[in-house]
Amino acid sequence: MSVEEDLVGQGTPAADRIFRWLLFIALGIGILTLVVLLATVTIKGAPRLDPALITNMPSLRFPERAGAQSAITGTLWVITFTALFSLPTGILAAVYLEEFARPGGRFQRIVELNIQNLAAVPSIVYGILGLGVFVRALALGQSVVAAALTLALLVLPIVIIATREALRAVPRSIREGSLALGATPWQTTYRQTLPAAIPGIATGVILAVSRAAGEAAPLLMVGAVGFITFNPDGLLAGYTTLPIQIFNWTKDSREEFQVLASAAIVLLLVLLLALNFTAIWIRNRTQKRW
Amino acid sequence: MSVAPLTDSLVRTRPRYGEQVIKGVLVAAAAVSIATTFGIVASLVIPTVEFFREISVVDFLTGTEWTPLFADGKFGVLPLVSGTFVITGIAVAVAIPLGLGAAIYLSEYASARSRRVLKPTLEVLAGIPTVVFGFFALEFVTNVLLRRLFPGIEVFNALSAGLVMGIMIIPMVASLSEDAMAAVPAGLRDGSYALGASKRQTAVKVVIPAALSGIVAAFVLGISRAIGETMIVTIAAGLEPRLVPNPLQGMQTMTSYIAAAGAGDLPTGSIEYQSIFAVGFLLFLITLLMNIGSIRLVRRYRQAYQ
Repeated sequence: MSVEEDLVGQGTPAADRIFRWLLFIALGIGILTLVVLLATVTIKGAPRLDPALITNMPSLRFPERAGAQSAITGTLWVITFTALFSLPTGILAAVYLEEFARPGGRFQRIVELNIQNLAAVPSIVYGILGLGVFVRALALGQSVVAAALTLALLVLPIVIIATREALRAVPRSIREGSLALGATPWQTTYRQTLPAAIPGIATGVILAVSRAAGEAAPLLMVGAVGFITFNPDGLLAGYTTLPIQIFNWTKDSREEFQVLASAAIVLLLVLLLALNFTAIWIRNRTQKRW
Repeated sequence: MSVAPLTDSLVRTRPRYGEQVIKGVLVAAAAVSIATTFGIVASLVIPTVEFFREISVVDFLTGTEWTPLFADGKFGVLPLVSGTFVITGIAVAVAIPLGLGAAIYLSEYASARSRRVLKPTLEVLAGIPTVVFGFFALEFVTNVLLRRLFPGIEVFNALSAGLVMGIMIIPMVASLSEDAMAAVPAGLRDGSYALGASKRQTAVKVVIPAALSGIVAAFVLGISRAIGETMIVTIAAGLEPRLVPNPLQGMQTMTSYIAAAGAGDLPTGSIEYQSIFAVGFLLFLITLLMNIGSIRLVRRYRQAYQ
């Protein structure tokens, strides 16, 4: 029994009990909605949770046979390159801010404030950036690489923030020990600090990738809306992704397409949950106690 | 390998160029985030300036008609702004009481064990893609719930988009508010109990006021998130710009206009194409101001208790 419970009298006043119930209901509504949402899409999508969903291409005329193959491969292409662009940049930026920048220095402060702001910029604004810069100005067109660059900038703040937290969790004594043995600052970072922080970084990175995999708004801007019935075969190829495919099917008012959209949502949620559980698993498994 | 004399090994005799190069690479990586901000601002401002050569700023900000695709298109942004604020208002009316309630429960009432289950479950909500919420708003909230309650409701309406958006931002409001409440020193709570206050009185009269700047920061970030949300409104609230406050009707928001126009293949340099950026710039400014405000507020409570 905690101290508070000892001190609060035996009979809790009615107002307090009602208050407690209201709070619990507030929390419960969010969780209940989650359950209803999952049940709705699973029940509605069940008839189309079949192999054809994965192996067939989208079709406007035959919703009962249409599938999401091009969307699945498109998603894999786009998030792979999003990761390749954002991870090195994000991790190196975090290493700079955490290990090399003068604490409280001007550049560090500006970058920090900037990252906080970027993290809260609406995703559609990144889409505008992608449209104006990557698609039109750099003439990359409606391609995998334009989408991956756009999403890479979108998730960069997440990667940086997660990596910084992971680096901060590594005790000072590790760095001091390494420096005392004559290692340079970079050798210390590369051989001691970074390896020790890998589990934390991996967790953050997976969360960033899963955010990218679920994004639709910025990709609408950079041209993923086309009716794509082929798998991308290169960086400059056209593409679609699962969230965009779901959006396209949702827009079609025919009931079969709503079923198809539900089934694709289940697929997307399974993918995202798998990513998230991997992140949690890595964290629990490799968590080091210093 | 020869062993250097002791004096040489302690005094650095040659500059380490490799270290300098690496440091340069790291600075460059950090600078990418700054370049992103400049990229966003530049990509918004340049077409916006072009846009305002054709349309006056006053007409844009005070005009009540938004008909960019008509032959004689009108570019008054108020219908989009009002649509954004009606839907945000509904979302906030859901997310603030529920998010704050959930935060108080988790921070002050839940046992450590139930917290370990409830908190991550609530956070799963934050990981659901917005396109899924949009589908849910249309298929379940509108078709199953609202059509029974309000028989006259339009298929695409502001109410379902706002309600679902509110649910979507609950985890964000809850977890940020909870952080602020967790930062309130235990001594304040103990003092309150010692004076005979109940748990409810302590939560409402001590913890919430002490954490207020952090809680307000959570609200501001939640509102800014609602203003910038795109997919839910695009799917569930329709694409008709209308200056009406009736949430049972469809309305277009700033974000859903940007998405609809951006997805259509408008020619670069046309006034319609530039209007995307003008609306985007307005959206960016609104959310930027809110974000800066919330960062300030968070700093204030951090300073107070850490």
